[in-house]
Amino acid sequence: MASTAKAIEPVISAAWGKPQSWTLDSYRQRGGYDGLKKALEMAPAAIIDEVKKSNLRGRGGAGFPTGLKWSFVPKDSPKPKYLAVNGDESEPGTFKDRYILENDPHMMLEGIAIASYALGVHTAYVYLRGEFKFQAQRTQAAIDEAYKAGIFGKKMMGKDYELNCYLVRGAGAYICGEETALLESLEGKKGWPRLKPPFPAVVGLFGCPTVVNNVETLASVPSILAKGADWYAKLGTDKSGGTHLVCLSGSVNRPGVYELPMQTTLLELIHDDKYGQGMPKGRKVKAVIPGGSSAPVLGADELDVAVEFEALKVKQTMAGSGGVIVMDDATCMVRSLWRVARFYAEESCGQCTPCREGTPWQTRLLRKIEEGRGEPGDIDMLSNVAASIAPYPPIGLGNTICALGDAAALPTHSFLMRFRDEFEAHIREKCCPFGDKPWGSYGDWS
Amino acid sequence: MAEPLFTPEEQKKFDAGIAEILSHYPPERKSAGMLPALRLLQELKGWLPQDGLRLVAKQLEVTPERAYEVASFYVMYHLKKPGKYVVDVCTNLSCSLWGAEKMLAYLEDKLGLKAGEANEKFTLRETECLASCGTAPCLQINEDHHENLTKAKLDAILAKLP
Ligand SMILES: Cc1cc2nc3c(=O)[nH]c(=O)nc-3n(C[C@H](O)[C@H](O)[C@H](O)COP(=O)(O)O)c2cc1C
Ligand code: SF4
Ligand code: FES
Repeated sequence: MASTAKAIEPVISAAWGKPQSWTLDSYRQRGGYDGLKKALEMAPAAIIDEVKKSNLRGRGGAGFPTGLKWSFVPKDSPKPKYLAVNGDESEPGTFKDRYILENDPHMMLEGIAIASYALGVHTAYVYLRGEFKFQAQRTQAAIDEAYKAGIFGKKMMGKDYELNCYLVRGAGAYICGEETALLESLEGKKGWPRLKPPFPAVVGLFGCPTVVNNVETLASVPSILAKGADWYAKLGTDKSGGTHLVCLSGSVNRPGVYELPMQTTLLELIHDDKYGQGMPKGRKVKAVIPGGSSAPVLGADELDVAVEFEALKVKQTMAGSGGVIVMDDATCMVRSLWRVARFYAEESCGQCTPCREGTPWQTRLLRKIEEGRGEPGDIDMLSNVAASIAPYPPIGLGNTICALGDAAALPTHSFLMRFRDEFEAHIREKCCPFGDKPWGSYGDWS
Repeated sequence: MAEPLFTPEEQKKFDAGIAEILSHYPPERKSAGMLPALRLLQELKGWLPQDGLRLVAKQLEVTPERAYEVASFYVMYHLKKPGKYVVDVCTNLSCSLWGAEKMLAYLEDKLGLKAGEANEKFTLRETECLASCGTAPCLQINEDHHENLTKAKLDAILAKLP
């Protein structure tokens, strides 16, 4: 498809790929830290109002309105308050935060400074997944620059406001992206999610009020202050302001991270020349996971939908972390779901029985079906196991402490709903119809 | 007498590292430094020997059991001495759609190891999504990330490992 999708001026990715874009000098030349300068002339409550008005919604997965989250932090608490930045980026199909950290870490740091000043936070922790070695180096170098430039430390751009910012690296655990597991990990423990309520805004790190925000969420804040909430809100839809980063991967000609207006549809993202540039030769789309592997899958006839929280919710799926995974019509759905199911079994923290027992059970059943050993009744069994972890359609949190349970069950429910025939064919034919080529047109390797 | 865990040089780095880590947390929250402290130990020794865990626990004022519990929860910590090179191959969905399973099979063949096995030189593991799905397939060798891998590129990377 030629380029017909509405184009935009990038807000977050404007400098990516430019020489030295990660340095303070480069960031300053582009108007960097102007948002913070403005913020420091405002009352903290007015900053929170501005972020509310911008309609910025969290980019970590749940899409929670950022200004509203900030307003839950008690103002009169005698305890210190904390900001925890979620850079765990481990949801399969998601690879956007890393590009912010690599290309423009100061944009996130400015967001951290603004958020901290608005919330009365004096210590911020940036938690990056352990595998982000290069990204951690870039981020630490930027933090060091910010201290030297008098942005962090005892004073904030000349104002009497102390903010310390520390980088913490995880050590390989998807669950630590879940906000309360992240807090446990920051406290030096294994990543076992906490029961909510209380929510972190009230009882978070070290028992103190804590805001947990995603890297991209915070990187979106400076432009809201610099250019105004109205400008930012108008870039988006009624309920979701700004532009956002979408990660395109799988069987598509040009995978990558694209900054999109909220209105862009999955069809445009996959086929437009500016973005995915269409499918491998002679192939059609079979299935698309629109928001990271936890999001229910869509079929080929459901793609004329904006890649955005509200529009995807109508289709009973979610925009999640912005990870769009495309599967072409040479891809085996049983094999795909098996791999996804294995991930959740691997990453379950083991605290809740339905998740601990159900996730490996799903995996065993899927393996059995894919390997041609499936029996009549296995599909119903699979569906029951998934339902015992979390029901479908989603009704909020399922039967578990954290949403990893839902994330493990929703793929199963949605694959079975849309591709049941293919599961049945595996059982009937006692083999995978795709033989030793289950992974679609780009699944070979040389 | 058992050999000391650290050389004097390592001991210095360890002490300085722990002091730096502890300065990031409230004084009554020393135990919060567990993840960075374990990382420090692993950077110095290549893995997490029992003596080291005890030392970390002592510095952070927790029981050795607590250090072990945390160390065993996270996949990047090595409680057993791994091969000289730890090769982590992502085979999650987006990577498999770009040939990751085939790449893993090639590596198993080339290294003479099945995923999950180790020898002196290599530990080969299958791992989960590494946030490189748009530049698949990918792998990490001792935490160095490699992406957009072809057979030629992978061979060149392996050939450079002493
Ligand atoms: C299993 C699980 C994994 C998650 N992983 C991440 C992650 O890697 N990065 C992230 O920002 N949020 C992740 N989240 C969402 C966080 O819990 C939280 O909603 C988010 O960090 C809040 O930030 P935001 O409001 O800015 O989006 C995950 C949630 C769950 C249930
Ligand atoms: S749902 Fe799964 S990952 Fe979440 S707390 Fe329960 S067992 Fe752990
Ligand atoms: S699936 Fe391999 S990096 Fe994401």
